[in-house]
Amino acid sequence: MLTKRIIPCLDIKDGRTVKGVNFVNLRDAGDPVELAAQYAFENADELVFLDISATEQQRKTLAELVLKVAAAIDIPFTVGGGIRAVEDVSILLKNGADKVSINSAAVKRPALIDEVANHFGSQCLVVAIDAKQIDGQWKVHLVGGKVPTEIDLFDWAKEVEERGAGEILLTSMDHDGTKNGFANEALARLSTAVNIPIIASGGAGNTQHFIDTFTHGKADAALAASVFHFGEISVPDLKQQLKQQQIAVRI
Amino acid sequence: MVAIIDYDAGNVRSLQFALERLGVASVLTSDPEVIQAAEKVIFPGQGAAASAMKKLKQTGLDQLIPQLKQPVLGICLGMQLLCDTTEEGEVNGLGIIPGKVVRFSNKVKVPQMGWNTISNFQSPLFKQIKEDDFMYLVHSFYVPLCDATIAQSDYDGTYSVALQKDNFYGVQFHPEKSSKAGSQLLQNFLAL
Repeated sequence: MLTKRIIPCLDIKDGRTVKGVNFVNLRDAGDPVELAAQYAFENADELVFLDISATEQQRKTLAELVLKVAAAIDIPFTVGGGIRAVEDVSILLKNGADKVSINSAAVKRPALIDEVANHFGSQCLVVAIDAKQIDGQWKVHLVGGKVPTEIDLFDWAKEVEERGAGEILLTSMDHDGTKNGFANEALARLSTAVNIPIIASGGAGNTQHFIDTFTHGKADAALAASVFHFGEISVPDLKQQLKQQQIAVRI
Repeated sequence: MVAIIDYDAGNVRSLQFALERLGVASVLTSDPEVIQAAEKVIFPGQGAAASAMKKLKQTGLDQLIPQLKQPVLGICLGMQLLCDTTEEGEVNGLGIIPGKVVRFSNKVKVPQMGWNTISNFQSPLFKQIKEDDFMYLVHSFYVPLCDATIAQSDYDGTYSVALQKDNFYGVQFHPEKSSKAGSQLLQNFLAL
């Protein structure tokens, strides 16, 4: 049976993890390679690296980091942040990334989705969507959720599926950072609107939130950052508890 | 020495790293002489079947691969291209393993993406791998159960997750991305 995926997310700047990490076993808490290896050891199902570097020089550092991560771990990982063209995707995949995640660049130029899917296949393309409710309507947001658009979340999700996205990563800006749970209503609606896998993101605070997003939210995978990095939830404990709730997980 | 067939069809870096971790030297090549001389051949693949077949034909690899005598391991699209035909783009594969590659129905999410259990092993390729162990899969098309099936999985019904005919082996999952069980499978292939 296909299992639900648990995905720790690492924010990267200039080749280092950005947010604080409080992991007892790490020698260097800022080293993404060491952190990635630790998560792989703990049976995390995938990893996402989100690059928030601003300069070209830092982006080259990212490509080098991807190579080091690929050498160190034997689980799949996705790299996102600042991807605007087929060439950006090419270097990341060549260095060993399994998937890339594109977000604002796809909203600004939707044909980028077709180009990447046609060139490398849908299997390596995650389209990340940041969304927020405005007057009861879910609207797509840009630049890490800061800039609202008029685009309806569900219309956009259908369009990215048609254009060749292999997966959707939905971050609810209303839930992100709250630790009050995932946006399960929107996630469940999204799961019926499209027929590609959905990764839930934003709002993880405790184990029950993961149980809820896999059941009520119908999510195929759940992503979180700080609850894992600060040891508030450990991946092995989380998976044991999901299993006790009859949710299929890889242990 | 292990030859990984280079026909510009997807990311092979992780496969090279996985072999490195096993202490095995590999070479990424499209040179027929190097491929023929290798002890083992790995035939990877990602992306669309039609463009992959086109590349194989352009380089003559479509003629070479069926003639290989050493153990060959097709991975993901590489496995599917060992078959007769595929619904994906309605193209002919290499015709080494009888069977047709078909698409998952819309009753399930397509692609299947993630870790699924594999079972019913019929080959030393799965030595020391536990029944219902997990492998990582990403695919929209699959091979139904058939005479060549040597392991199965379940998604939209049971299907072939590994195939074998003579010296040709194929796995739908990515052993290079499937943690310890995947590494064991690569080791088993290298020991054939």
